[in-house]
Amino acid sequence: MELNVIITGVGGQGNVLASQVLGNAAVYKGFHVSIGETFGLSQRGGAVMSHVRLFKEPRYSPLIPPNRAHIVVGLEPLETLRIAQDHANPETLFIVNSRPIYPLNVIAGDVDYPDTAWIRQVLEQGGSRLYWLEGTQLAIELGGPIMLNMVMLGALCAIQSFPLETKDIKDILGEIFPQSKLEVNYRALDMGEELISNYEN
Amino acid sequence: MNRISQKKGGTRMLLQANEAIARGALEAGVIFAAGYPGNPSSEIIETLAKASRDLPIYVEWSVNEKVALEAATGASFAGCRAICSMKQNGVNVVSDFLTNLSLSGTKGGLVLVSCDDPGGISSTNEEDARAFAPLSDIPLLEPSSPQEALDMARWAFDLSETINNIVMIRSVSRLSHSRSDVQVKDLPDFDVQPYFDTKVSFHTFPIVAKHQARHEKLRMAEELFENSPFNFYRGPSRPELLVIGSGCAVDYAIDAIEIMSLWERVGVLKLGTTWPLPRKLLLENLQKSESILFVEDVDPFIETNVKALAAEAARQVGVKTFHGRGSGDFPLCGELGPSHLLEFFGNYFDLDWKDQEFRNKMGSLTKGKIPPREFGFCPGCPHRGSFYAIKTALAWDDRDGFVSGDIGCYTMGIWPTGFNQVKSVHAMGSGSGIACGYGKLEGFGFDQPVITVCGDSTFFHATIPALVNARFNNADILLVVLDNSATAMTGFQPHPGTGKTAMGQPTQPVDIAALCESMGLEVHVGDPYEMKETARRLYDLMQKQGPRVMVLRRKCALVQGREGGFPYDMHVDQSLCVGEECGCGRYCTRIFRCPGLIWDKEKKKAMIDQVICVGCGICAEICPQGAIKKEAKG
Repeated sequence: MELNVIITGVGGQGNVLASQVLGNAAVYKGFHVSIGETFGLSQRGGAVMSHVRLFKEPRYSPLIPPNRAHIVVGLEPLETLRIAQDHANPETLFIVNSRPIYPLNVIAGDVDYPDTAWIRQVLEQGGSRLYWLEGTQLAIELGGPIMLNMVMLGALCAIQSFPLETKDIKDILGEIFPQSKLEVNYRALDMGEELISNYEN
Repeated sequence: MNRISQKKGGTRMLLQANEAIARGALEAGVIFAAGYPGNPSSEIIETLAKASRDLPIYVEWSVNEKVALEAATGASFAGCRAICSMKQNGVNVVSDFLTNLSLSGTKGGLVLVSCDDPGGISSTNEEDARAFAPLSDIPLLEPSSPQEALDMARWAFDLSETINNIVMIRSVSRLSHSRSDVQVKDLPDFDVQPYFDTKVSFHTFPIVAKHQARHEKLRMAEELFENSPFNFYRGPSRPELLVIGSGCAVDYAIDAIEIMSLWERVGVLKLGTTWPLPRKLLLENLQKSESILFVEDVDPFIETNVKALAAEAARQVGVKTFHGRGSGDFPLCGELGPSHLLEFFGNYFDLDWKDQEFRNKMGSLTKGKIPPREFGFCPGCPHRGSFYAIKTALAWDDRDGFVSGDIGCYTMGIWPTGFNQVKSVHAMGSGSGIACGYGKLEGFGFDQPVITVCGDSTFFHATIPALVNARFNNADILLVVLDNSATAMTGFQPHPGTGKTAMGQPTQPVDIAALCESMGLEVHVGDPYEMKETARRLYDLMQKQGPRVMVLRRKCALVQGREGGFPYDMHVDQSLCVGEECGCGRYCTRIFRCPGLIWDKEKKKAMIDQVICVGCGICAEICPQGAIKKEAKG
């Protein structure tokens, strides 16, 4: 058994933390886990992608081989589109936050940010299923854009083929966050889960 | 209690490979750790620093890598186990000490960890630091998973004490920044009593005899490597192709073999001990196949050495066809990835591995429509203000001036985010050293003003000698210290100017301005957020001669964000913004390039992205219409 999940977005969106939370929960559920994090110069404001791999047997490659991602969690639309060609396949399920973060070269007018409706359409045509979510809006209501990563993990846990539930994530959050931050993160997970269970296409 | 300091072994936990190296060192009873921050190595010392709250160990961020290894060596000479970690560039810095240390030998187990950065993901160079193992005649271990990183780190100290010499562990970004489930063992009692035995001494004389002894130590290591569990073969007894390699590249090969169902046809010899090479093991395995594929990052290190070995033993192992980076099958530069392996096997065995239909479909849908994401300073970053002031001062001066750059977040001054002001970047401290050269060219008719920049941590690391040189030789240099009170790029580690040690203890901060004044330099202190005032003072300083220093002081925006945030709510007054009619050519967004200040394509006016803007307020200064408004947060 092998389940490959990519979390992609922009530095500062909490991508690496999300993959760490997911990995910890998976280890407690008895999975062997391998996570590849890409950061560094792309730490803040650059493109960031984490590969999270769950296995029944020990395997170590920190990178998902080309076009073998089962699920892509996109924290930002353009970054989701960027990795689709090399990492997705016709069976890939996309869970994508619709709110763009504009690159500096877009802000400067050197290049255009593609129309988000078009991004949505391409992802819909590319994979097996697309959940296009107003995640940032929900995160702001919960207390700030930084809550987005937990909203999106909640959404991921609502996917039937994904073997972890929000409860599994909640069980390990105490190791990551201080007590004072737990309640709001629990709420973010629940609300993310609801985004999928109430999803209307 | 921190998981890393958990006394009891036996549990399985998710660890980053750098954390696993730290845990392995603790399981070996390390009591002394030193390093200098640098991606992708920083988490090793950070993890040990956190563990120092629970365990009787000493951990420091040293002023630079050379001093870090020297300090760790002091602990080793006193009989303690010590670890020292750094990125590949750091090994260059320690190399003078290292090549001498390996002659004198060590006492308590001493391990140097180099975390290399294939592809230069967060570096100014791509370098394979494994070259320092043969250069210094020291054993080299290369883990390929977090579990192996832990096991190797633990064993490396035994090896070091067996041969009485320093041992090198080499990781790469992809491994250091990977996480997987790791089985930990018990921690020991850390009950060491440091003592320097004055009956022995550690020096390099007589040199040739010590050199010979160093080779003997390597021979001992090689014998141990022949039976090491870190080397193993997996595959059929007579594979059509034998893969030999190290690190993550071996994992990619194994994944590709699984995907293409090639275990009947391909064998893998995974090497964890790569210098000296276990020759007997290699000769035995080389006989298995006529075709050999080498997989490793970055240089063909194993490849070149195994080829030499196979040439020597050609009568025994037979004639081979070699594949690898050195043989032209993979690129000689950059990181190897899963697709390199799939592609090679696909061509070699004539198998289809690509979902070409999907790739073509996505490729044709997205072609040319995905813009790159340009690197840039964070919203609120003081460097944006500093470079804006520098750009303004150089423009006022109008003698084609430029910036001699250095290593840190502000290296991005080479790009539009720093207004392309930085024209050279090399090693830590080199910006000022190079500026010493420009500073002596006036007599030959050179009149372009040069500003050199360095961060606060870089100042302590390697700029001080260049500055002393400028004073000594009276060079005309203008150093701007971009003091953001943090080693920001690598994760906000404390340094000599911050008043706090790695273990969180208060310490007397070294005052950069006072230090410069004590050298008899002209020193000014300014605020990068006061862009016009800073530009004016820089302009004045540019008109003077001799060594001059301007310290621009303002906390890193990410630290400020954590420590109380920023004072302003920003907005663009839409009635004042005249958009493209302004005449400034969209200065606010086209030139200033803050991610929080964006352009509304429909209204053709500037606006604040409220999700991104932190409220530093500096952009209010740049709008000729005064349309960018700051209001104190309510």
